[in-house]
Amino acid sequence: MHEAAVAQSLIEVISEEARKHCAKPIRAKMSCGELNRINDEVLSFAFEAVAKDTLCEGMTLRIEHKPLQARCKTCGHMYAVDISSTQCPDCGGGDFELLPDAPLVLDEIEFERTDDGQSGRRQEDPERQ
Amino acid sequence: MDRVDVGRKILSANETYALKNRRLLDRYGKPCFNLISSPGSGKTTLLVRTITALMQTLRIGVIEGDLQTDIDAERIRATKAPAIQINTEGACHLSASQVNRALEQLPVEGLDVVFIENVGNLVCPSAFELGEDGKIVVLSVAEGDDKPVKYPGIFAKSKVLLVNKIDMLKGGFVDFDLDRVRRDARKLNQTIEIFPVSARTGEGMQPWYDWLTRQVRGRS
Repeated sequence: MHEAAVAQSLIEVISEEARKHCAKPIRAKMSCGELNRINDEVLSFAFEAVAKDTLCEGMTLRIEHKPLQARCKTCGHMYAVDISSTQCPDCGGGDFELLPDAPLVLDEIEFERTDDGQSGRRQEDPERQ
Repeated sequence: MDRVDVGRKILSANETYALKNRRLLDRYGKPCFNLISSPGSGKTTLLVRTITALMQTLRIGVIEGDLQTDIDAERIRATKAPAIQINTEGACHLSASQVNRALEQLPVEGLDVVFIENVGNLVCPSAFELGEDGKIVVLSVAEGDDKPVKYPGIFAKSKVLLVNKIDMLKGGFVDFDLDRVRRDARKLNQTIEIFPVSARTGEGMQPWYDWLTRQVRGRS
């Protein structure tokens, strides 16, 4: 259940970016690897709860799961590996090297467009007010 | 709608504290290991036995993480080793900032090695770096030999796997295929060191003590 802690950190990072761009965040996309796996339903629920009364309230979150990559030591083929069946799909070899798993990353944020089509950069930086 | 590429690590705030911990430990040149397992695998018993056995050669300090109580810190202090208890009050893992506060209370300079005993949980603690030199996963035989495939993250990220309670195998109390655990853990992590031990009887502990001693001596 560390999804609550991830949701909290996510909101801190998104809020920081939103203040930098002086715009309201609408959608965000994050990604995680197989060994740093996150449960979509639990994280989305936690995100919604933690976002309440913050700049992130009402945002939608998309989570991309990046497969674990392996390199076959026999033929050198790179493939997405399934932990329960690790054979190389090319040569059938069972000797492989795991590549580093993807960390939890906030990839992109979509901000609300202001009337003039800008993302809000014209506004005063709220931190300076 | 304006889309902005961000590319920021979500747990970067935790990692900032992990780096602070790393710097503090490096200042004194002390190695630190993060002990992770399910509840009841015998982490504290392992530490108590290790501290007692190596008392003459290694000064060990411990940061204990539990939801509640200071039972574990008291067990460590009974060996005369310093221990700081962190109560997470429901949180499923230790964060680097909690460990940072505990490290400031621990007499790190006078120690040879610091252990962090994480909250009993095979999942969440593996996601939070604490500034350690390595993670050590403890699996007791009563939990079953399918744990590396069911919980791959922690086995892939650990330097050492301690398979504990092997005295239960001899009595035939549990069905546990040690070779399967070795095979599955090595699939995920080719460099993981595996020590089958019984912290209760002391069986198999010497190779673990030797490994730990090498980690400390290798730095000085």
